[in-house]
Amino acid sequence: MKFLVCISNVPDTTTKITFTPDNKEFNKAGVQFVINPWDEYALTRAIELKEANPGSTVTVLNVGEADTEPNIRKALAIGADDAIRVNAAPTDAFFVAEQIAAVAKDGGYDVILMGKESIDYNGFQVHGMVGELLGIPTVAPAMKLDMSGNAATLEREIEGGKEIVQVNTPFVASCQQPMCEPRIPNMRGIMTARTKPLKVVAATGSAARTQVTEYALPPKKQGVKLIDAANAGELIKLLRNEAKVI
Amino acid sequence: MSVLVVVECDKGEVKKSSLEVATYGAQLAAQLGTSATAIAVGEATEDNLAKLGEQGISKVLYDKEPRLKDFVNNAYTKLIATAAQQEDAKVIVLANSNIGAAVGSRLSIRLQASLATNVVELPRTDGGQFTVKRGAFSGKAFSDVVLTGDRKIIAVKKNSIEAHHEAGKTAEVAAFSAQLGDQDFADAPKQVVMQDPAGGILLPEAERVVSGGRGMKGPENWGLIEDLAKALGAATACSKPVSDVDWRPHHEHVGQTGITVSPNLYIACGISGAIQHLAGVNSSKVIVVINKDPEAPFFKAADYGIVGDVFEVLPKLTAAVKELN
Repeated sequence: MKFLVCISNVPDTTTKITFTPDNKEFNKAGVQFVINPWDEYALTRAIELKEANPGSTVTVLNVGEADTEPNIRKALAIGADDAIRVNAAPTDAFFVAEQIAAVAKDGGYDVILMGKESIDYNGFQVHGMVGELLGIPTVAPAMKLDMSGNAATLEREIEGGKEIVQVNTPFVASCQQPMCEPRIPNMRGIMTARTKPLKVVAATGSAARTQVTEYALPPKKQGVKLIDAANAGELIKLLRNEAKVI
Repeated sequence: MSVLVVVECDKGEVKKSSLEVATYGAQLAAQLGTSATAIAVGEATEDNLAKLGEQGISKVLYDKEPRLKDFVNNAYTKLIATAAQQEDAKVIVLANSNIGAAVGSRLSIRLQASLATNVVELPRTDGGQFTVKRGAFSGKAFSDVVLTGDRKIIAVKKNSIEAHHEAGKTAEVAAFSAQLGDQDFADAPKQVVMQDPAGGILLPEAERVVSGGRGMKGPENWGLIEDLAKALGAATACSKPVSDVDWRPHHEHVGQTGITVSPNLYIACGISGAIQHLAGVNSSKVIVVINKDPEAPFFKAADYGIVGDVFEVLPKLTAAVKELN
């Protein structure tokens, strides 16, 4: 079984988001970048399934510039076998999906996994685009993934419940909790990751279909109105008469 | 050309988020000088579909194929693509739901369209450009995005548009067939398992949410959260540490790596307000924070606050709501 796990490089979840003075770009200064937390579910589950199915391989794919390599190495340290970096800035979901589809077509992967969405762009799009570009099923968002030969059983979250879905390889799944407990690298993993192959390939010549022109922060709150705990019922009156939300 | 609105139905009813989407689509159609047609997916009834006239929809396409009751990615994609071709739809509007995202992303490839998800406002269409505002950085920011494609698909964030109701207006319900066959249902679910949410209110669609954090001290104390939620007609939610230790199921986890919600009222009980949690809730219209620590960062993001012990404050609030009702 050949697994392809797509990871993106995102600001750490504790990051305070700021932009350049013209609000055209995210301000990367001083920001720690990590593997997208949703992608960690995809990566760890792929490694678990590889361990359960001897002879399998896990390839990590990132669409990004050279500054993403520390996180690609981290994915290798967690247990992926090799990595591919498509050398391009990930301009939009369509562009990224085209790169993933091109790599997937080339490599003949059986299972293509990624996180539900990236925590920076929040597109929740790439999974479906890759599936459609390759003409294979997508299961998104998946909370559980089990494999038996080339047959997979997944739990897909729907609003208010879940669907049990069965598909055969090849397929795409976008992953979320509680699929597995994401792993962190151990010392041996970190040592071996240094020598695992990381191939850099050029992007295919496709163009983005969307363009970010400006960023904005949410409006600031006016300040909190404190109600005395002894008189807590007063809050309910304010919510009805002043805020008018109940 | 027209605007095509994808309307999700469940047990015969149009989902609340789809009433919002229908409103968005009708307003967008008016802005573009055209009309809004809807295509129904899920388990629908003709009566309820006709009521989409209240949101400004003029026509609803309805394929009575029974296997469309449950979500099937390929079948839904083909159904909507066929409707889009028939109606010469230049813009397709759907909910930013698990169904909307799964179908919208496939459709964008099939129809060679620009796709924007998590959209919070009507687009700006002046100057020949089509610009939407969408949530980014998991609720920490917004971005303006230009959709450069000839066709556009917009997934509207839940609770960001208020559903319009013009009583008495009805839409024409037109029979429609996308000629779906067995191969389109190859990825149909083997089984669908629905939860029974507390009080019957689903968190992603809820207008009011009562949420608990580690300050609740243990799952055995959640009755206090549920009592207030029930009195308010609210859904229950929790912070990440709470779902990490399995006090509550993960689908109640609100935050940057859980779900982001934007209800009218969010009541946080015993949650300190880490930046990852705030990201998931800061588009709520009114935020109430109850915490015994006056220095809890959440108070800075709140509209109303009570510095006090949740175990004393919550029963008082529940009693006050009951009294008011």
